[in-house]
Amino acid sequence: MNDLTPPTHDERVANLKGMGHSRKRVEDARFTQGKGNYVDDVKLPGMLFGDFVRSPYAHARVVSIDTAAAMAVPGVLAVLTAKDLAPLNLHWMPTLAGDKQMVLADGKVLFQGQEVAYVVATDRYAAADGVEAVVVEYSELPVVTDPFKALEPGAPVLREDLAGQTSGAHGARRHHNHIFKWEVGDEAATDQAIGEAEVVAEEMVYYHRTHPCPLETCGCVASMDKINGKLTLWGTFQAPHVVRTVASLLSGIEEHNIRVISPDIGGGFGNKVGVYPGYICSIVASIVTGKPVKWVEDRMENLMATAFARDYWMKGKISATKEGKITGLHCHVTADHGAFDACADPTKFPAGFMSICTGSYDIPVAYLGVDGVYTNKAPGGVSYRCSFRVTEAAYFIERMIEVLAIELNMDAAELRAKNFIRKDQFPYQSALGWEYDSGDYHTAWDKALKAVDYDGLRREQATRVEAFKRGETRKLLGIGLTHFTEIVGAGPIKNCDILGMGMFDSCEIRIHPTGSAIARLGTISQGQGHATTFAQILASEIGIPADSITIEEGDTDTAPYGLGTYGSRSTPVAGAAAAMAGRKIRAKAQMIAAYLLEVHDDDVEFDVDRFVVKGAPERFKTMKAIAYAAYNQAIPGVEPGLEAVSYYDPPNMTYPFGAYICVMEIDVDTGVHEIRQFYALDDCGTRINPMVIEGQVHGGLTEALAIAMGQEIAYDEIGNVKTGTLMDFFLPTAWETPHYTSDHTVTPSPHHPIGAKGVGESPNVGGVPAFSNAVHDAFRAFGLRQSHMPHDHWRIWRIAHDLGLHD
Amino acid sequence: MIPAAFEYHRPKDVGGVIALLQQHGDEARVVAGGHSLIPMMKLRMTDVQHLVDLQDVAGLGGIQVAGEQITIGAMVTQHMLINNADLTEAAPILKEAALQIADPQVRYMGTIGGNVANGDPGNDMPALMLCLGATYTLTGPNGTRKVAARDFYEAAYVTVREDSELLTQLTFAAPKGGYAYEKQKRKIGDYATAAAAVQIAREGGLCVAASVSMTNLSDVPVWSKAAGAALVGTDCGPAAIRAAVDAALKDINPTEDNRGPVEFKRHVAKTVIGRAIARAWSRS
Repeated sequence: MNDLTPPTHDERVANLKGMGHSRKRVEDARFTQGKGNYVDDVKLPGMLFGDFVRSPYAHARVVSIDTAAAMAVPGVLAVLTAKDLAPLNLHWMPTLAGDKQMVLADGKVLFQGQEVAYVVATDRYAAADGVEAVVVEYSELPVVTDPFKALEPGAPVLREDLAGQTSGAHGARRHHNHIFKWEVGDEAATDQAIGEAEVVAEEMVYYHRTHPCPLETCGCVASMDKINGKLTLWGTFQAPHVVRTVASLLSGIEEHNIRVISPDIGGGFGNKVGVYPGYICSIVASIVTGKPVKWVEDRMENLMATAFARDYWMKGKISATKEGKITGLHCHVTADHGAFDACADPTKFPAGFMSICTGSYDIPVAYLGVDGVYTNKAPGGVSYRCSFRVTEAAYFIERMIEVLAIELNMDAAELRAKNFIRKDQFPYQSALGWEYDSGDYHTAWDKALKAVDYDGLRREQATRVEAFKRGETRKLLGIGLTHFTEIVGAGPIKNCDILGMGMFDSCEIRIHPTGSAIARLGTISQGQGHATTFAQILASEIGIPADSITIEEGDTDTAPYGLGTYGSRSTPVAGAAAAMAGRKIRAKAQMIAAYLLEVHDDDVEFDVDRFVVKGAPERFKTMKAIAYAAYNQAIPGVEPGLEAVSYYDPPNMTYPFGAYICVMEIDVDTGVHEIRQFYALDDCGTRINPMVIEGQVHGGLTEALAIAMGQEIAYDEIGNVKTGTLMDFFLPTAWETPHYTSDHTVTPSPHHPIGAKGVGESPNVGGVPAFSNAVHDAFRAFGLRQSHMPHDHWRIWRIAHDLGLHD
Repeated sequence: MIPAAFEYHRPKDVGGVIALLQQHGDEARVVAGGHSLIPMMKLRMTDVQHLVDLQDVAGLGGIQVAGEQITIGAMVTQHMLINNADLTEAAPILKEAALQIADPQVRYMGTIGGNVANGDPGNDMPALMLCLGATYTLTGPNGTRKVAARDFYEAAYVTVREDSELLTQLTFAAPKGGYAYEKQKRKIGDYATAAAAVQIAREGGLCVAASVSMTNLSDVPVWSKAAGAALVGTDCGPAAIRAAVDAALKDINPTEDNRGPVEFKRHVAKTVIGRAIARAWSRS
C-alpha cells in the first residue's frame, strides 16, 4: 500500500468521525486549559457593575428604602428600586409560566433573598459597599413555607396583587394561595379500578426541594449603544433566542436591535432557562447610563434566589391483582412553586410532563391531578437535568412500584417485569395520553439483572439480614432497582410552546468551497459537547469529516431561531434539524455530482463521503470535489453555493429508557452509606458518540447521588434558607462519587431522522429512584415502606432508629 | 461575597505583629491560611479593619522532633504535617487527622496555628492537641507565656489568648502506644458530625494510659478525663470500651444543626468514640 492506494470503505468511514465514533470533545482543549470564555470573562471599556440588596425576610412589608448613604459611597452611580422601574412598567415581569414576578420589591417581599434594590457602581467592590449602605425598613408578616398550610382558610395572603382573581393562566384558583389545578386522565374510572382491586398500595412520596447549582452562577452583561440603538446582552442563557424575544417585548426595543449572546456556559441544568431580575435591572441600568453593566450573582444568591427544582408532594394509590398485574394508578400532587409561578414548562403543561408518571408500565387506567401553591419560598420549579417534571414522575412511579411490591410480598424486579409495556405494544398509548415511540424494556431489564447477578445479590442480602439479626454485623445491604421511561425532545408545535413560541429547533449549514463547513443551531451547549456531536451527525449525513465542521451556537445575530437547550431536547430536535439540513445539502450535492459525472441524478448514490455511479464505484465525485464545483461551475438549473437550513418540528416526543441498579451498604449506627456497585443501562436510541454518552451518564448519576443522598434547599419555619452555601448544600466531589458501570441497548426512535432519543437527563431521572430505592430496600426486611429524601446520615439513622434497630 | 475595605499589613517578625495588634486593638486580626477568616470577611460577618498577614513573619515555621519533645511552628500547614516523616514516626495521629481535614488545596494553605487558635469547635486540631496534652506558646507585648491546650478554650471562638497576643508554637511529648482519629463527616470539606482522638499505651495485655478527646460535640473541643481513666487497667474489651464511651458522652453537649439532631449526634459520637478506642488499642 502507498499514498496512491485508495482508502477502503472502512477507512473512509473512520476518517469522517461520524455517528457512533467516540470522537474526543473539541471543546475540552479550551476548557481544560482555562481558556473558556464565560460571561464573567466579558470585559468592556467603561463597564459598570450591579449588585442586589436582598431581603433578609421571607415575608415582610417594605416600609421604606433609604438610598442616600449608598449614593454617597464613592463609585456608586445609581440605586434602582421598584419606584424607578414602575414608570417603565418594568417593576414586574412576566414569568414563563404565565404568572408575573417582581423585578424589585414592590411594597412587600415574599421570600428570603428577594431582590429589593439594585446598586450600580464603577467597580464590583463599590457596588457591594453600596448594597451594604442601603437602609431598608421592613415590617414582618406571617410566613408560610408549607404548601398544605398555605391552602388553609386562614393562611396569610401572599400575592396581594392577585386579589380577586379567581382564575390564572391555567384555569380556576380556589384559594388566595392557589395557583392552578391541572388534571389528566379519567378520575372516575381510576377510582373504580382501584376500588375494585384485590390489592391497593397508598403512599405519600415527597420529592424535596433542591437546586441545579451549576458551577457557573447566573449573570449577564448588558450594553446599550445609544448611537445605533442596539442592545447587546451577553448572558448565561439556555435559550438565547427566547431571551431576545422577551427582552424585545418588555423593553419595546425592536427585536433586530437586540443581540443576545450566550458564550461558554458552565452548566445550566435548568437553572439558566428563566429570566431573572438581574437581567432586567442590568438592561435598564445600561440604558440609563449608556454604559455596559455586568451582573454576576454569587453562590449564595444562586442557591437562595434563582430557580430551584422539585418540591412535589405526590400522593399515590396503585392497585393490582393478587398476581401483581397493575390495574390502576391515582396521583395527586401538591406542588410548591414558591412566591411566583416561574416554572419553565411548555405553556399547556403547568406541571410539565408529570403525566409520564405511569412510567414503563402498562397501566390500563390512571389519573393525575396537580395543585400549584404559593409559599414564601424562592420561585422556580425548573427541570433540573430532566425533561419537565419527568424526574418527579419517575421517582413517584418507581417508589409506588416498590411499595406495591411490599404490599404484594413480591420481588420488586419480578413485579416490574410483569407489568412492563411489551415490545409488540409500541407505539404505545398511555392512559395519560402519551404515545410512547419505541421500547424494549424486557430485554434491557433482563440484561441488567444478569449483569449484576441479581439473584446472587438477593441471596447475599438475605444472609446479611440473618447475620444482622444475630448481631454479627451493623451493616445492611440495599439493592435499588429502577426502570425509567423518559419523555424528552419538546416538542411538537401542536402542543408545545413557550410564551407562544413553538418548540421547534433549527440548523443552518454552509459548505465552504474547499469542502469544510460551518453549521449554526438554535440550541446552546452548557457542557454537553454540541460542537463535537452535532458535527458528527453532519459528518455522517453529508460526508465531510467532523473535524472539518465548525459548530456555532448562542449568538442570536448569527444562529437561526431556536428554543434552546434543556429537557434533553438538543439531540431530539436540533439534532434532527441538523440531519434534515444535511440531507438538503446531500440532495443538491447529488445533482451536482450527476452533472459532473455526466449521468442522470438517479444514477448516482451516496457512499460515505462521495457520490458514485451505481454499478461503477470507480466513477465518483467526493463531497470535497462537489463542494468546489458548487462554487466554481455554472451548472444548468442549479443555483451556485451549497447551503441549507432546516427548522424541525418533531412529530412526537422521544422516549429514552433505562435500567439502573444500585447496590448500597448502610451502617445503621452512623447512617453512612457506601455505593458498592452502580450499573446503568441506557437506551437512548441511536448513539452518536458513546464516549460523550458515558460522560453524560456519569455526570447525571453524580447529580442523582447528590439529590438522593443529601442535597436540598431547606427552610426553617420563618423562611430562612438553611442550606445557602456549599458547606450545607451537597455538591459531590470525586471523593463522594462512586464508580459507575454503564451499558446500553439500542432501540431507535422510529420518527426521528437518525433514530436518536437524547440521553443527557436520563441518569438524573433514573438515578434518583435507584439510589433512594437502595436505601429503602436495605430496610425492607425490617418493615420500612417510605422515608423521604434526601437520605443523608441523620435521616438514614432516623429510619434505623424508628425501626428499633438501635439498642 | 465581596469583603469590605481593609488595610493590609505584612510584617516581617513577631515584634512587628505584636506592635500592629497593640496599635489597632480589636480592629486588627492576624491571618495565617485564611480558611476561616477570609470567608467571614467576604460574608461581612466579621469586621476587620486591619488584616495582619503572617506569611512573611520569621520564626513561625518548622517541625522539630527532638527526642521526646515535639515542637511545631504556628505557620506549619496541614500539608507539611502530612509530609513530615519524622513527625509521622513520632506522632502518627497528626497525619491521620490532617488527612481528614478538607482537601489538598485547603491543606496547602491551612495552618495548625490558625486551626487551634481560632477556637472554632469544628476544627480538628484542637481536640487532637487536647488528646496529646499539648502546650501553646503565646507571645504578646509582655513577653511569652505557655498555656495548656486543655486550658485554652473557653467557648466557641473564645480562648484565653489576649487580642494583642500571637500563638507562635505548639509543643507536646511524643505520644506512646496506639492512636486513632475517627471522624464522621457528610462530605469532603465539611466539619465533623462527630470525631474522636484517642491515644492508648499498653503494657502486656493491659492499658496503662489513655487519652480521649472529641471534636464538634460541644462549643469547645472536649477532653474526657473520665473516658481515659475508664480504660486504664483494662484490656480495652467491649465492657471497658462501653464504660469509656459512657464517660465520654457525659462530657459532651452537642447542638442540632444541618448535620442532624442532638440524639443522632450523641449516637454517632458513641459509635465514633468506640471505634477510635478499638482502633487505637489494636495499634497499641
